[in-house]
Amino acid sequence: MNSDSKLLSKKNYDKYKTQIGLIGISAIVLILFMITSPKVFLSPRIYKSFLSTVPFVGIMALGLTMILAMGEIDLSFPSVMALSGFVFAITLKSTGSIFIALIACISTGAVVGLFNGLLVTKIGIPSIIVTIGMQFFIRGFSNILSQGRAYPMALSDSFFYKIFAGDILGLPSQSYWLIGLGIFLWFILFRHKFGEHILFTGDNEDATKMMGINVDKVKIATFVLMAVLASFAGVLDIFRMRTWWPTMGEGYLMMVVATVFVGGTSMHGGDATIFGTLIGAFLIGSLEAGIVAAGLSGFWTRFIYGLLIITAVTLHTVLKNQR
Amino acid sequence: MSLVSMKNIHKHYGGVTALRDINFEVGSNEVVGVMGDNGAGKSTLIKIITGLHPFDKGEMYIKDQKINPRKYSVKKAHEIGIETVYQEQALAEKQSLWRNIFLGRQKTNKLGFIKVKEEKEETNEIMRELMGFTGIGANPDSNIKTLSGGEKQGVAIGRAMHFDADLVILDEPTMALSLQEVEKVLNFIRDIKKRGKACIYISHNVANVYPVSDRFVVLDRGEIVGRYEREKISLENLNKELIELTKVEG
Repeated sequence: MNSDSKLLSKKNYDKYKTQIGLIGISAIVLILFMITSPKVFLSPRIYKSFLSTVPFVGIMALGLTMILAMGEIDLSFPSVMALSGFVFAITLKSTGSIFIALIACISTGAVVGLFNGLLVTKIGIPSIIVTIGMQFFIRGFSNILSQGRAYPMALSDSFFYKIFAGDILGLPSQSYWLIGLGIFLWFILFRHKFGEHILFTGDNEDATKMMGINVDKVKIATFVLMAVLASFAGVLDIFRMRTWWPTMGEGYLMMVVATVFVGGTSMHGGDATIFGTLIGAFLIGSLEAGIVAAGLSGFWTRFIYGLLIITAVTLHTVLKNQR
Repeated sequence: MSLVSMKNIHKHYGGVTALRDINFEVGSNEVVGVMGDNGAGKSTLIKIITGLHPFDKGEMYIKDQKINPRKYSVKKAHEIGIETVYQEQALAEKQSLWRNIFLGRQKTNKLGFIKVKEEKEETNEIMRELMGFTGIGANPDSNIKTLSGGEKQGVAIGRAMHFDADLVILDEPTMALSLQEVEKVLNFIRDIKKRGKACIYISHNVANVYPVSDRFVVLDRGEIVGRYEREKISLENLNKELIELTKVEG
């Protein structure tokens, strides 16, 4: 048989080895859960539940993947989720229009993303500092505005409820959004010139400028994209809970960052994987449920997150360095 | 016709004068060797010609078009027909060959989506015809980091040649190359001249610059301190002149 026709030829192995490694890790984790908690993990109910909870982490992780591909970092997204959600709640309260509330919510995210991008590109502050500062600033801002109150909303009867939190063909609509955005952003990152500019900026910013690309514009647009995705995750969460609450988004920072690194995106820029992020989202998203179902206490959660991150990143690094 | 004409060009970076009163020309079918010590202003000169940095004072004409420094850019330089092979090759190591070739000049549909098949096919042609890749080992999907120094230089040169520039600027193209690879680069420069194009060749290595250039310009501390024609000066004398001109006083 001609070696070029093998499914796992050297060329294919080299191209897909990190994805193969990630699928391997995911399969091992899933089998472990099935062994330790067969009643839970052999029933389709848990997987349907994951399809409605994982997308919040997954959508923000897709945004973070684009940011890391560009060679930057953004840690403000949990607070963007909260502030945008608050804007949605008060706009809905004052206008009665879900559509206007959606526009206001997404625009809030876009403005925060724009600020992040401008501070990084025009003032020259490292993105880790800008976004950590922004995280505290806008969390504090939304707390001041809300005075710590939750905002329940009557959303169940609306058409929007069906598309953001209902069931479509037996599956949670959030999962369609995650997969749809995943496919869309894959095409943007790997088949659109904007995505190519993101990858080149992260890989070699000086070379990218020498080829005539406006790197500042690329960075600003990507920060805006990240923040818009965080706002959208906020919309999905609000429709699921039918409430905005002041601690919205808290707890997602570690999960989203873990998702992206476990998925195989490099923190050095220029090397990203959308498929890896999607798999990582389901892996990280299912971890806590698996730990609890196995009868372990909640103290084990961080230990196992950390172990998974170190194992996955080590495996990705070893595989990438293989010649 | 002068392809590039610079008159009384000045460039400052903060309080530092990088170029002072530069008068520099390149004809439409000549190779100009630009030489000088580190910090002489060679890189600044080409960054101005290629649109990477604007000049502060003076005038510049490219193909008889007066250049507005505030509106001139790398993209405009490409459109006018200026290509550059940078010292650092200006390649992104983790990206594939085909993406590096077409960066900034992607073939796209109206929505900006890249015509991947077309770009890969053209890259294949460029590799065979312009870069001398024999079809063994490297292919359009190869990551740049898997290529040797000479192959990377081949990619950068192939990129410059493919877009059929009227002026190709080479900034230290033979650094860290083997003797065979250096000869390939020098042959490429001879080829540029044969095709009726122009070239600015920047290098420390006089022995490499001398055989392929028509004229030499020497820069020192931001000023042009010497101009020579190859017909009128030997390699040995050019070397001596260079050392004398770039000597630090006291």
